[in-house]
Amino acid sequence: MSDTVSDAEDILGIAAAWHAEGEQVAIATVTSTWGSSPRRVGSRMAVTASGRIAGSVSGGCIEGAVAEAAQRSIETGTPQRLDYGVTDERAWEVGLACGGKVSVFVEKLS
Amino acid sequence: MKAAHLAALREAAAARRPVAFATNLATGAAFILPDEAAPAALAAEAAAMLAADRSGTVTIGDEGWFIESRNPPPRLLVVGAVHIAQALVPFALASGFAVTVVDPRRAFATADRFPGVAIATDWPDEALDRLGLDSRTAVVTLTHDPKLDDPALRRALAADPFYVGALGSRKTHAARLDRLRAVGVDDAALARIRAPVGLDIGAVTAPEIALSIIAEIVAARRGRLAAP
Repeated sequence: MSDTVSDAEDILGIAAAWHAEGEQVAIATVTSTWGSSPRRVGSRMAVTASGRIAGSVSGGCIEGAVAEAAQRSIETGTPQRLDYGVTDERAWEVGLACGGKVSVFVEKLS
Repeated sequence: MKAAHLAALREAAAARRPVAFATNLATGAAFILPDEAAPAALAAEAAAMLAADRSGTVTIGDEGWFIESRNPPPRLLVVGAVHIAQALVPFALASGFAVTVVDPRRAFATADRFPGVAIATDWPDEALDRLGLDSRTAVVTLTHDPKLDDPALRRALAADPFYVGALGSRKTHAARLDRLRAVGVDDAALARIRAPVGLDIGAVTAPEIALSIIAEIVAARRGRLAAP
């Protein structure tokens, strides 16, 4: 749980604009964090099949992996729950430099 | 996420209407609450989280839900369409504040000087009454003119904004306190005014002063400002 984010950045607005342009879009949302993580619950990233990215779900360490997962959700239409952190074996691949943990929900905009 | 949900969330934000957005983490099914069609347990959880302005994951039955509280952004009312206000407004917008610039002097309070923000050209006390001061609102007075600053400060101190700041030197502020005391504002209320305004970063130029002011407002919003 966390205080609500109300960043000025309007990732949902960007996602809506991309969708209106005919892009295939996925939205990733931070749903939980533990320890020190740079982005708060509710932070979002939008990704298109064509490779456009807006927003972020971490300090930059897992965006690549989340973007790849977003492509899978765009292809399959299936939402995904992703966990990243130091106890995860992925930590060695894409881990969080901050030592925190973060859960991200990825879904296609349909 | 359905495009229709995305559109409804953006519409609520534009109308400053608080909503909770609940997403089932297994299926992606979602509700924008309040919604009579939502399960009662989910509706209760969402209402509580929205009231506390918190977002997070909850388990209802054996299902995980992400509930995002989407309250309207905090507001900053800037009294005085002056040079420092021009420097302050972009910092405030970037920090997530909805900004209204209040100044009855129409030569200063122009869309030219303040693009993209609301402008109120009524007298500051009337403007603050009309706009309403709640605990998600910050007020800062920048005019240096008692005729404009004092009525705004009296309104701000009679309400419950989370921040009240007033530009002016220690000497200016001492004179201001004397005037406000003379019209019956008590010392506890006067102590809520942040003056000299802004965090002490040795600011000299208008952008530096604006930076010190927005930093102090953010500190107040995030609970890191010592009580006066």
